[in-house]
Parts: sequence; C-alpha cells; structure tokens
Amino acid sequence: MDPMTTSRRTFLGFVGGGALAAGLAACGSSGPSSTPGSTTGASGAGGAGSGATYWFLTGQPQQGIREAQVKRFNDANPDTKLKTTEFQNDAFKAKIKTAIGAGQGPTLIWGWGGGGLKAYVEAGQVEDLTDWLNKDQADLKNSIFPSAFTAATVNGKIYAVPGETVTPIVLFYDKRAFEKIGAEPPKSWQDIMSLVPKFNEKGIAPFSLGGQSRWTNMMWLEFLFDRIGGAEVFQNIFDGKKDGWSDPSALKALEEMQNLIKANGFIKGFSSITADSNADQALLYTGKAAMMLHGAWTYGNMKASGGDFVTGGHMGYMNFPPYDGGKGDPSDTVGNPGQYMSISSKATDGEKETAKKFIANNTLDDATVEAWVKSGNIPVVKSAKDKLSSITDKNDSAWLNFVYDTAANAKNFAQSWDQALSPTQAETLLDNIAKLFQLSISPQQFATNMNAVIGQ
Amino acid sequence: MSVAPPVPPGSLRNKPASGVGRSGPVAWMVLPALVLFTVFGVVPLIGVLVLSFTQWDGLGAIHAAGLSNWKSVLSDSQLPHSILVTFEIMILSWLVQTPMSLLLGTFLAGRQRYRAFLAVLYFIPLLLSSAAIAITYKALLDPNFGLGPGLQLGFLTQDWLGKSNLALGVVIFIVSWQFIPFHSLIYQGGVRAIPTTMYEAAAIDGAGRIRQFFSITVPQLKYTIITSSTLMVVGSLTFFDLIFVLTAGGPGDATRVLALDMYKRGFMSNQMGPASVIAALIVLLGLALALLLRRLGGSTTASQQEGA
Repeated sequence: MDPMTTSRRTFLGFVGGGALAAGLAACGSSGPSSTPGSTTGASGAGGAGSGATYWFLTGQPQQGIREAQVKRFNDANPDTKLKTTEFQNDAFKAKIKTAIGAGQGPTLIWGWGGGGLKAYVEAGQVEDLTDWLNKDQADLKNSIFPSAFTAATVNGKIYAVPGETVTPIVLFYDKRAFEKIGAEPPKSWQDIMSLVPKFNEKGIAPFSLGGQSRWTNMMWLEFLFDRIGGAEVFQNIFDGKKDGWSDPSALKALEEMQNLIKANGFIKGFSSITADSNADQALLYTGKAAMMLHGAWTYGNMKASGGDFVTGGHMGYMNFPPYDGGKGDPSDTVGNPGQYMSISSKATDGEKETAKKFIANNTLDDATVEAWVKSGNIPVVKSAKDKLSSITDKNDSAWLNFVYDTAANAKNFAQSWDQALSPTQAETLLDNIAKLFQLSISPQQFATNMNAVIGQ
Repeated sequence: MSVAPPVPPGSLRNKPASGVGRSGPVAWMVLPALVLFTVFGVVPLIGVLVLSFTQWDGLGAIHAAGLSNWKSVLSDSQLPHSILVTFEIMILSWLVQTPMSLLLGTFLAGRQRYRAFLAVLYFIPLLLSSAAIAITYKALLDPNFGLGPGLQLGFLTQDWLGKSNLALGVVIFIVSWQFIPFHSLIYQGGVRAIPTTMYEAAAIDGAGRIRQFFSITVPQLKYTIITSSTLMVVGSLTFFDLIFVLTAGGPGDATRVLALDMYKRGFMSNQMGPASVIAALIVLLGLALALLLRRLGGSTTASQQEGA
C-alpha cells in the first residue's frame, strides 16, 4: 500500500532511537526501575520471543498489589513467567507510546482506556478481546461493573479488560474548617460561591488545587459541564460534533469557573502547586485549605500522611454538589471507571496465551479484590460490595461504602476528559485549561481554541 | 572587528588534506568521531527532516503529508511565542551569566589557597543533574511549604512558578546559577593563559587593577568569551530538562521554549510531523547562531597573544 510503511522499522530504528533517548532524558530521575525480587532484570525490549512482559506504574499501595499479582502468577506458572518493569506515571506515559510505536512494547499494555486505547486500536497494535471475553471468560466479564467497559470499547469491540479500581472524583473537605466559620458543607454551586468569602475572611483558602498539573483543574470543568448542561454536553464533544465547546452550557460553565477563580476560591499560588508532590492534599489536611476536589485515590495517602485528619474523623467527603437550575443529574460522577489491560498484537502466540492467563487468573482474583479493599479502594468487580462488611476500621468502612455507592449509583460515570479524548485533543485541552485558570484567555477564546481540534 | 589577526606563517591547519600525503595517517584518527557523528547526529537529522514531511502519530503507519506540517507550524501563533521565549531566556541568561562568570573566572585565576577552596564550592551546582536542581527549586519555591513560608519571609513567598514573568525570571536565575560555575572555569583557564609580562608592563605604566582588567584581561579573553557565549547561546536553544521538570512550560505557555514545544507536540499530542518541523527549525537556528558568533570573532581561532 503506502510505500512509507514498509520502511517503518528502519525508520524507527533511527528516529525512535533518538527520540527515545530524548524521552528518557526528559524523564530525568524517574526512569524505569526493575521489580524488587523479580527473577529477571527488566529488559526494555519485550517484543520478540523473550517471554511475556508487563509494564506498570509505581506508587503505593497500587504497586505492591500489582507486584503480588505477578508473584502469584509466576509461582503458579514457573515455565511461563511474566517479566515486569515498573515506571513512574509520567515516564510511563512517554515511554509506552514510543515503545509500542517502535515494536518494542510489552505484551501486556496497561493503560487508562479511552482515547489512548483508540490510538492503539487504529494503529493495529492491540488484540481484539471481544470473543475471548464473551465466550471463554464470560464469568470474568459478568463480574465486572458494566460501566467499566465503555472506555475499553472501540467501534463496538472490546480491546481491553478493565481491572484494578474504580475511582470517582470526590469533593473532600475539612470538618474543622467548617466549624471555624460556622457553616455547613455546600449543597449547591451557589453555596460554594457564598462560602468562598467566609473562608477567606478567616484566612483559610476555600479550595486547595495542584494547578500546575493541569488535569487537576480539568476535574472542575468536568463537573461544572455536567451539572450545568448535563452529560450530553461532553458527549457531543467526544462524538466530534462541530463547535461542541461553544454549547451555551459549556460557555456558562467556563464562565462560572473563572468567577470562582476571580473570587479567590483557590489557594494563593495554586498554579505553582503540583499534584505529583501531594502538596495539594497536604494543604487540606494541614488546615490551610477547607475543601479539595480530587480523585478517590488520594484517600490512602491522606490517611497515611495526614496525621489524625482521617483517623480523627475530620475528613468529610461528598459528590460534587448540583448547580441550581442546571440540567445535570446530581448522581453523575466523573473519574476513572477502571484501569485497563490490553494485549499487544505484536506478541507471539505463546506470550499472548501467558498474558491472557494472567488476566483471567490473577488480576481480579479474590486475593486481589481483598487487597484493593484493604487499601481503601473499590475494585471494578461487583463482588467488592461483599468484602466491605469485613472492614473493621470505621473510617475506612464509611469511605469505601461511599465510593462504592457513588460509582454504582451514578447515572452517568464519565471518563476523565484527557483520557477519553485523543492525545492530540487532550494536550490542547490541558493547555487551554491552564490558560483559562490563569485568566489569560476568556471562555469564548477557550471554546474557539478547542473547537479547532474537535474530532482530531 | 574586521582586523583579523595575521595568521602566523606555517600554521596551515585551517586547510588540511589538500592533496598532501601528510594527511593520510591523520585522516583515520577522525574516523571514530565521524562514525559516531554520522550514526547519532546526521542520520537522525535526516530522519527528522523526512518525518517533517509526513503525518505520523508515533504508533501507526507513516503517511506522506507534503508541506502541510510546515505550513501549519509556521502559521501557528505558538511558534513565534516559543521563539520569543527561547530568545528571552537565551539573551537574559547570557546577560546575567557572562559578566558574573568573567568576574568569577578572573577572581579564581589567582593562585591563593582560599580562592582554590572557593572554586570548589562554586563548582557544586555543576555536579547536580538538572532534574534534581529543578525538583529542589520547586520545593524551595513552593508558595505554601517552601523557603519563604518556612522562614516567614514575605518577599520570598511569591507565586514564583505561577506568574508568567516570575516563572521566566526563575528559569533564568536557575539556569544562570547552574551554569555560571562552568563558564567561570572556562574564563579561569583563559585568564591563566594570559602572560604575566603584560600585567607587569601595565603595572610599570601605572595601570590600576580595574584598568588592567578592562585593558588587558577582557581584550585578551576575546576568544574565550566567544567560545563561552557560543556554548551558552546554542545550549539554551536545546534547553529542556530543567524547564520540563520545573514548570513543564507553564504557567500557560509562559516558559514553553522551542525544545519543549517540540516535545509536547511529538510525545504528548502524538504529532510527530509538526514536532519534526520544530526540531528542524531548532537545528537551523542553532547553526545560524553558531556561524554568526564565529563571524563575530573573526574567521580564525588563532591566539592573539603575541602582537595583538
């Protein structure tokens, strides 16, 4: 067909090599680290005939659970061991794309589904798992939350198996801060706006925000779009509808966003704060900020690092409040409906078998589900509910039930925008969100910039 | 500027291999460097140039795209902004680094014990990796948990990385902090190479320290200054790691230099074609600047020590 395609390998050898070096250099100190206790040194190249490979992310408690899964698998299958390589989040995102493009990717491709998965599918890099899941693994498929499959499905076919945890975005707050100003947690967006000056008067920042990370700001827009205009506003954008960002509800949401920023709703210097350092969480549990919109995955760290913030019962949490007069369903939530594992189409048949066996036997087995629940997370399986009663810690139990109910009762569980959209749109989106929060562009300019890349 | 120093007779090293048999044994010595340069320099460069005329998302097939990438990048308002930021950082950091390194280098050229000791201290920033420096500064500059709030110093408690101008200033400061030691070292070597006879003669003529510095040290260091400036200018074109870790090009795009723009387009937006266009532009700019600086310094690298 295209004469260019035939020479792709050669090309990649040259270009990809240099690019990879640049990518790795960019990651600086956060390069790959090989699994502690792993039998083999982690070799970057897992594509050709060297056994099945699996790359995943560092960071506790997830890292420990993933390592335990692999260990159980390798103990049970000494002949077809899975080799692992661990990466820090941003390093992983940069490396996995380059590696897959160069035919050097792992057998098991871990990811967030959505737009990233779609790019792999369009490039023919991942296996179609529809038949395998419907026929051979119907039990596994039925045990998983149905909502988790949306982000794993491209053009009606399933290319990834949901795994790990469902993590909605939640509004956390500090009960002590609300006692100080003698107010109740907000029941609507309008309440939020009226709480802002009260907190500022007392020298407490209304909201903590790790604005430098950009996707942290995005969570706000995800909720405002939904609460004001309903789930279809973003659905239209996702479907590539022309000028989808100029929807009147979208513009109104963007304007409300800037109103909150102008009213000093966020902590001073929020654009200098990163979420990776967990400084935004620290602002909440040290009492410098009263509220924080963040992923459910932050619970574990706030419990571990926050002194008596969680254990003393000072942490409150709720779903994002409704917008008076808005169209959105108040039960709607956004976040990550799961994490996803795909199988490389470039792997050998033996490697694919190993990978499938691992997915089927070890990723959502009882031990894993229990470990996730113990770590304060809700795994993507329906049986998670049964495990909740075994939790003895009062705070953990209340938290887990809340997360489970939020996820299970959500009328619409939207995937994070930067994961749902194509990488090209996602990058432009994050860029423009940062500018919107800097107040350097208006809602109208934001919509114009974003409309330009719709459907790309 | 046009008075290029006379080329000393016999030093024909500027035009070797003109059919003389003497170059035979010397030529193969260039081979290792040439092979490395070809494999890791020229070949990827050609690859990038070819990629700039294609459409590729880094995953699937590569499609020829003609001039569309060049057209879209050259008409994108992001490009002039990135070039502007790149040059701002280049020029401002040059303006900070050159006088400081020159003075420090001259100071360290003295052979006193305490100066040798200080030289070791000044050298420390150069030992740290850019990523480590960026992470450290990020923690120090944190508006809530950083140095300012920690020491209760109001003027240090700024939104350093969150305001466009401040962030640019911070980048320039850290770049200078990191590289002044390196350039001081170059100047130290340069100053030590100046014959002491010149200073002795000047002292007899009654020139003071300051007069000596401006009339002997600085003119004698002309080529050292050009070398050091070339390194600074061309180096700042490819400046990436520190800015990537420190601000990731933010806030907004206030510190998005060309190299960062390239990375974001290529590896975050999955648009290798436009990213390659920027890469090609960086190469062209770098070559042009290096040539320009060589021109400024005259076409030879001969020492002007004797007879200047």
